[in-house]
Formats: sequence, structure tokens, C-alpha cells
Amino acid sequence: MSTTFTKSMARNIFYGSAMFFFLLLVGLVFHTTRVLPERDNRENITPAVALGKKVWEDNNCIGCHTLMGEGAYFAPELANVYERRGPIFIKAWIQAQPTRVEGRRQMPQFNLSEEELDALNEFFKWVNEIDDANWPPNIQG
Amino acid sequence: MQYQSQAVAKPYFIAAIGLFIGQILFGLIMGMQYVVGDFLFPEIPFNVARMVHTNLLIVWLLFGFMGAAYFMVPEEAERDLFSPKLALALFWIFLVAGALTILGYLLVPYAALAEMTHNDLLPTMGREFLEQPTITKLGIVVVALGFLFNIGMTVLKGRKTVISLVLLLGLLGLAVFFLFSFYNPTNLVLDKIFWWWVVHLWVEGVWELILGSILAFVLIKITGVDREVIEKWLYVIIAMVLVTGLLGTGHHYYWIGTPEYWQWIGSVFSALEPIPFFMMTVFAFNMVNRRRRQHPNKAATLWALGCSVMAFLGAGVWGFIHTLSPVNFYTHGSQITAAHGHMAFYGAYVLIVLTIISYAMPQLRGREANSNRSQVLEMWSFWLMTVSMVFITLFLTGAGILQVWLQRVADNPQPFMVVQDQISLFYWMREIAGLFFLIGLICYVTSFFVGSKEPAAQVAPTTV
Repeated sequence: MSTTFTKSMARNIFYGSAMFFFLLLVGLVFHTTRVLPERDNRENITPAVALGKKVWEDNNCIGCHTLMGEGAYFAPELANVYERRGPIFIKAWIQAQPTRVEGRRQMPQFNLSEEELDALNEFFKWVNEIDDANWPPNIQG
Repeated sequence: MQYQSQAVAKPYFIAAIGLFIGQILFGLIMGMQYVVGDFLFPEIPFNVARMVHTNLLIVWLLFGFMGAAYFMVPEEAERDLFSPKLALALFWIFLVAGALTILGYLLVPYAALAEMTHNDLLPTMGREFLEQPTITKLGIVVVALGFLFNIGMTVLKGRKTVISLVLLLGLLGLAVFFLFSFYNPTNLVLDKIFWWWVVHLWVEGVWELILGSILAFVLIKITGVDREVIEKWLYVIIAMVLVTGLLGTGHHYYWIGTPEYWQWIGSVFSALEPIPFFMMTVFAFNMVNRRRRQHPNKAATLWALGCSVMAFLGAGVWGFIHTLSPVNFYTHGSQITAAHGHMAFYGAYVLIVLTIISYAMPQLRGREANSNRSQVLEMWSFWLMTVSMVFITLFLTGAGILQVWLQRVADNPQPFMVVQDQISLFYWMREIAGLFFLIGLICYVTSFFVGSKEPAAQVAPTTV
């Protein structure tokens, strides 16, 4: 770089742009949190949904599955599983694990109670109804 | 080694390498489970192996960053570390807490671990990369504060250079943004928005400041190029990192319930994210070409140049291929993401930690450079691991393209597991590439034990 472009100019560009873009990010995220109620389906967050999210977290479901595309890529997407499979199938599936089919990927048995299974379904139902710009592209997730 | 207290870096580097080995072994287990689904089930379910794999990565990189800071800052500040005792105490606290957490993952079901550690008091567990029990997270904060205090005091009392200020800024950002891991609202959309304030603002923000600072330090030492020149580059590069990376956060806000304007912001700014990485490559090669001295540690130069190239490919190019929102609509959460994640972490962060270890470790063991025999083995390990990682990335990219096509683009989209079965050939090849990576890692570890009785490498007298 030429000598007319000095280190203190470079420094000022760094601090100036870092501050500017950080404040811009903060401002935009703040705006996002303001308009979020139109999209995030929060009016349907019931105690059952909250319990469902707790069950989801306490059993580290994200360690194999994705939820809205985020997580591990070992097992199917679950943000739309409520629509794809329905609550009866989901419950029966979790209760039937592991399948012990030789060579197949295995899901552990988590010994969830009826209440926890129903709550997990409520959580999946709520997530499915979040306005997420029509992702995933189709029902297969 | 110019200051006695730099020696505290050594246990940090040794721990980093030890945990790196563990990370790779669990990676191989997971790679196997992708093709032989019931491998090691129920002893090590996939979610446990993945948690161990990713958490070990994060922890060993943090050990590497801290070791780097303890080595670099005294030389930059031209004085001994504020408190070597504190540095050593924090080392043991961090190591024991980390080991207990990993053992917790392996020995009890995750739900039991959550209960044992009273997660309900302040629920933070069960989120990707932030799986650590809340008590461990608090421990990380304590270690980070003690570490920042130690490094901060050393800088304050000594010479303040651009390198140490940028490093300190990066480490401070690392600690501050980690605090968002304690925010876990029931509203999943808010949870995800601020989860990215830890994850994205770390790896595509403040960690790049740490990366730039370590790279600049090593380049000054091995090339002898004027500090003014290198520090000017450093400022420009990290300015571009934050100009592109901060609003680049938007590429995670496409499909999680956030407004659609993020598709524009995220696409435009994250499309520019390769620029600082490209500048880093140009910078590293430029400085090495303009070197004013020959450094006998040839291996360190190789790691530094390799880091700049692989970071550009992994973070820059492989990030770009799926960052535009119309593309990401199809690739989001597929093996394309996995491919990018592997090469980006390896290129940017694994290689920068191995660069500073390669430069510092011979000095910590009492000489400027290792013997030729040791360096040759170390350079073999660079090529084996790097080429293996290129192939891991290519195979995962192949798997990802097929997955996206069969599951999301083709006329009759097929279910997830049906698609996984069809792409298993790519997973087998990825696993084989992973074994070659392990061979490279074995060479790397061995290089510390060979040729230590032979004389240190010398600079050929004919070169200028």
C-alpha cells in the first residue's frame, strides 16, 4: 500500500466502520424484534409449547435433527414434521425407538411421559405455523 | 523465548493438541454412523458423538487462542505476563471443567445431565454448540474474565501495539458475545436470532480479529517485514471483516421467522465476506515474498500460508456458494452446510492455532526452530491433513448437491432417509478421507518426538 495511506487512516477506517456497522446491526435486529409478533405465531405459545421446547432441549434433539434447517444433518428436518407425519405418528414413532434394524441409523429411547410427548407435539405444531418465508421448499424438509 | 512467563503457553498448546486428537476420533465415529447407522449404538448415540466432536473443537481452539495470547502478549508488550500463576490456575480450571463436561456427555443420558446440573434454574442447554451445562458456561465466563484481566493488565502496563490491541479486542468480543448463550427465551425465533449472536459473531466476527492478529504476529517474526506495513494491512483486513461480517449475520435470518428484508441484507453483505479472506491470502504471500530475513522455522511459514489459502477457500469460497438467499432456500441445512463448516473451521481456526503452535513450540522447548527431520514430518502432516480436508469437503459437497436435488428440487421429492441411502457412497469416501486426516494428525503429533536430539535447522548461508 502506498505511503499516502497511513496506518492511522487505516485505524480510523477500522474503528469507524466497526462502530457504524455494529450499530446498524443492533438497529436492524431491534426493528426485527418489533415486527416479529406478525410472524412468529407467539399468540399460540401455551404452557404445553414451552414444556415441549424444554423436552426438545433436555434431550438434545438438535444433536441429530435440524429445526428450521439448523442443527445436525443426521436425521430429518422437524420444523414441518407435524404437517408431514401428524401427532399420532410422531408419538408412536418416538415410543417405538430404537428400531434396532441392523445397519440403520438409530434413535435412542428417551422414556418420555404422555404429557411430555403431547407437549412435544404442541411445540412442533407451533413451530410449523411460524411464518418462515415458506421454507423448506417442500414437505420432505 | 524472550520472557520467562511466556512458558505458560506450553500447557495450553499441549492440551489443545490432546483435545484435537479426541475431536478427530469422535469425527470418525460419526462418519461411520452416517453409513453404518447402528455403529456403537446404544453406547455412543450420534447426538452424543456430535456434541463431543463440536465441543472439543471449540474448547481446543479456545485453549489455542489463550496459549497464543500468553505467548504473544509479553513479546508485544515487552514485559512479563501480569500473573503467570493466574494463567496456570485458569489452565487447570478450564481443563478439569472441560474434561468433566465431556465425561458428563459420555457417561449419562443428556436429560440426566441437565437434571444433575439443575438446568431448570437457568435453562441454557440443548442448543447446537451451546450444549454445555449452565454451570460449565458460568465457568467459561469466569475463566474468560480472569484471562482477559491477565492479558489486559499486561498490555496496559507495557508497550501497546496494534497486534495486541486487535487481539485483545477479539478476545473481549469473544467473551462479551458468549453472554448471549445465557439468553434462551421460549420463543424459538428470538432464541435463534440471539443464538447467532454467539455463533456468527464469533466465527465470522471477533474470531477473525484473533486470527488476523496471530497471523500478523507470526508474519512479522518470520519475514522481518516492517511492523508498520503489517499493522496497516491488519487494520484494513479486520475493517473489511466487520464491514461484511456484521450485517452478514443476515444470511442466518432467511428462514427462521425473521422479516424478508434480511434476504437482501444477508445476501449482499455475506457475498462480500470472501473479500477480507482474499486480502488475508494476498497479505500473507506478499509479506513472505518481501521477507527481509530467512527464518529457520520453515514449517511455521507453511502453516501460515496454508491458513490464509484454506481460510479463503473454506470460509470465503465455500461460504459464498450457498450464501445467496435464492440458493440457500434449497441448500439450507444440507450437507453443503456441513462441507462449508468443515473446511472453514479447518482453514481459518485449526490452521491459525497450528501456525502459532508451530512458531512458538520450538521456542518454548528451548530453540528457535526444530531439526530438519522434525520439520519435514510436520510439513508432511500439513499436506496430509489439508489434502484430506479438501477431499472431505469435496465429498460432502457431492453428497450435498445430490441431497438437495433428490429431496428438494426434483419433480418427486423423496424422504430424507431414502435420499441418505442413495448418497452413502459419498459418505464412505468422506470416511476414508477422514482416516487419511487421522494419519496426518499422527504424523503431526509424532513430529514433536522425532529429531529432538538433532541440531536445530539452520538458514542456508548463501541466501540473502
